[in-house]
Amino acid sequence: MTPEPQTPDPAKRSNPAAKTPKAVKVLVRNLTKSFGSLLVLDNLNFVVYAGELLCLVGPTGCGKTTFLNCLTGFLPLTAGEILVDGQKASFKKGDLGFVFQESSTIPWLTVYDNVAFGLKIKKTPPEVIKERVERILTVVGLNPFKDLYPRELSASLDQRVALAREFATQPNLLLMDEPYGQLDIKLRYYLEDELRRIQEREGTTVAFVTHNIEEAVYLADRILVLTQKPATIKEEVIVTLPRPRRFDDPSFVAIRDQVTAAIQWW
Amino acid sequence: MSVSLSQKTLDPAELRPLGSKDPSWGRLAAPNPLVRVIKGLLRAAYQEKLSIISLIVFFLLWEGVCYFKIIGPYQLAPPSKVLKLLIAKLATQNPDGAYLWAHALSSLGLALSGFGAATLFGVPLGLLMGWYPRLNHLVRPVFDLLRPIPPIAWIPLAIIWLGIGGVAKGFIIFLAAFVPGVINSFTGARLTNPVLVRVAKIHGASDFTAFWRIGVPSAAPMIFTGLRLSLNAAWTTLVAAELVAASQGLGFMIQMGRRLARPDIVIVGMLTIGLLGAFLSWILSKIERSFFAGRAS
Ligand SMILES: Nc1ncnc2c1ncn2[C@@H]1O[C@H](COP(=O)(O)OP(=O)(O)OP(=O)(O)O)[C@@H](O)[C@H]1O
Ligand SMILES: [Mg+2]
Repeated sequence: MTPEPQTPDPAKRSNPAAKTPKAVKVLVRNLTKSFGSLLVLDNLNFVVYAGELLCLVGPTGCGKTTFLNCLTGFLPLTAGEILVDGQKASFKKGDLGFVFQESSTIPWLTVYDNVAFGLKIKKTPPEVIKERVERILTVVGLNPFKDLYPRELSASLDQRVALAREFATQPNLLLMDEPYGQLDIKLRYYLEDELRRIQEREGTTVAFVTHNIEEAVYLADRILVLTQKPATIKEEVIVTLPRPRRFDDPSFVAIRDQVTAAIQWW
Repeated sequence: MSVSLSQKTLDPAELRPLGSKDPSWGRLAAPNPLVRVIKGLLRAAYQEKLSIISLIVFFLLWEGVCYFKIIGPYQLAPPSKVLKLLIAKLATQNPDGAYLWAHALSSLGLALSGFGAATLFGVPLGLLMGWYPRLNHLVRPVFDLLRPIPPIAWIPLAIIWLGIGGVAKGFIIFLAAFVPGVINSFTGARLTNPVLVRVAKIHGASDFTAFWRIGVPSAAPMIFTGLRLSLNAAWTTLVAAELVAASQGLGFMIQMGRRLARPDIVIVGMLTIGLLGAFLSWILSKIERSFFAGRAS
């Protein structure tokens, strides 16, 4: 087991619900990232618990994507460390999932083959691929479209393919970078519910980046509010509202306003 | 949710004869494929009337220029004579020593082997250079140094090294076809969407697996562009390559026509080169189309 961060442990500080301490999935310790002289992430310390959906909210350009790229190991850290299950995080282990900010479907593969892509890379046995892909296609409602190519899909279907591909591999940790930013509101609600449903069913740990506060309050077990670049953690908000959550619920509105105030106060 | 499916619906208005405003036309004609085909042909004929006229005028002028001896018979042969020779050459080896199809086959074999070898080496080299910057830095300077040299400038060296046989000619064609193959595959691999590379890598793909699963298929359209240009280069270099002592081939046939002062032979050779070249690119585009069937166009 890895030691807890030196800064006040968020698990003890602000998780009254957790009588039994939750397992730590990701440990971020003194994480600093700069591009040349441009400091983007400034000494971040936090954890992501196993099985939780953590939302990272912050203003545009504050370094959210940069953080995820550090976590996957696509970008080298300037200082500090990120541990997943106590080990140095790296995409090379192949147990991560990533839903990108931009479209990431593979244009020359059908929906089915796109969803199977991650499993094929992992050299999963064909029977297992077939079983998992078919199951996940049903779960996300992509079955009628499985023989289409990405160019024949709307933006929301396209993003669902990317989501299904990541869920099919049953990632240890799923990272999502404003996955619904491009979608209109109705589809976003739908996919948010869908994400939540699959996440609970599969028990996946999710780090969800967004700059949409409502989305964060709707989805999250916990919200971390980041400051303007260079980003530090401004506030942590635990969201214990029962599900399904309602946007007009007064306690929902209260939390939303709390997060909004935290973001605006600089 | 909106899904745009490509549907092939038939617009009846398109089937109407030009100028006709009667909408019932299309409705009547649509169910009958024969009528549809005939109407289509008529319409195409109408649209191409101008092109046909211009072709007829061209051939008439050509024939006239020869008939009235504006250009002498040792400088130019009329189309009628060219056509006659074209047919005759299928069954006679005179006066240039081989049947037309033997010339054509010899040239085809030469061009295709040069093209094939260039593709076999050039495409993988270009793709790997596009993917691995180190390989690029290693190979690029030499490649850039040799690239601007026109392939036919290699002819003397090719003869010194390889003699005057088919290998020397194949080598010249290989050089011509190699360059566009490398450059386009290189560009294709370079233009790979980095997000897709990350998709592969996040699931544990090695650099080479990512190259194979993402880089190569994503470069496919550019590879085909390269193939088309390569084939073109191979075919256009053919005549020059066949200047290296040959006893057969379309380039050789043209040479013979000149030596015998027979412009009709020269023109038959030129025509065959043109037609075969067009035929080859047609085949390649067929292959390309079947390869990309279903994919984005
Ligand atoms: N490779 C890089 N080199 C230099 N600067 C970079 C690089 N990547 C990001 N930056 C800078 O780092 C800052 C944070 O970028 P990042 O993409 O992480 O922001 P973000 O929070 O994801 O923004 P958005 O909400 O727009 O997605 C920006 O100012 C950006 O210009
Ligand atoms: Mg971003």
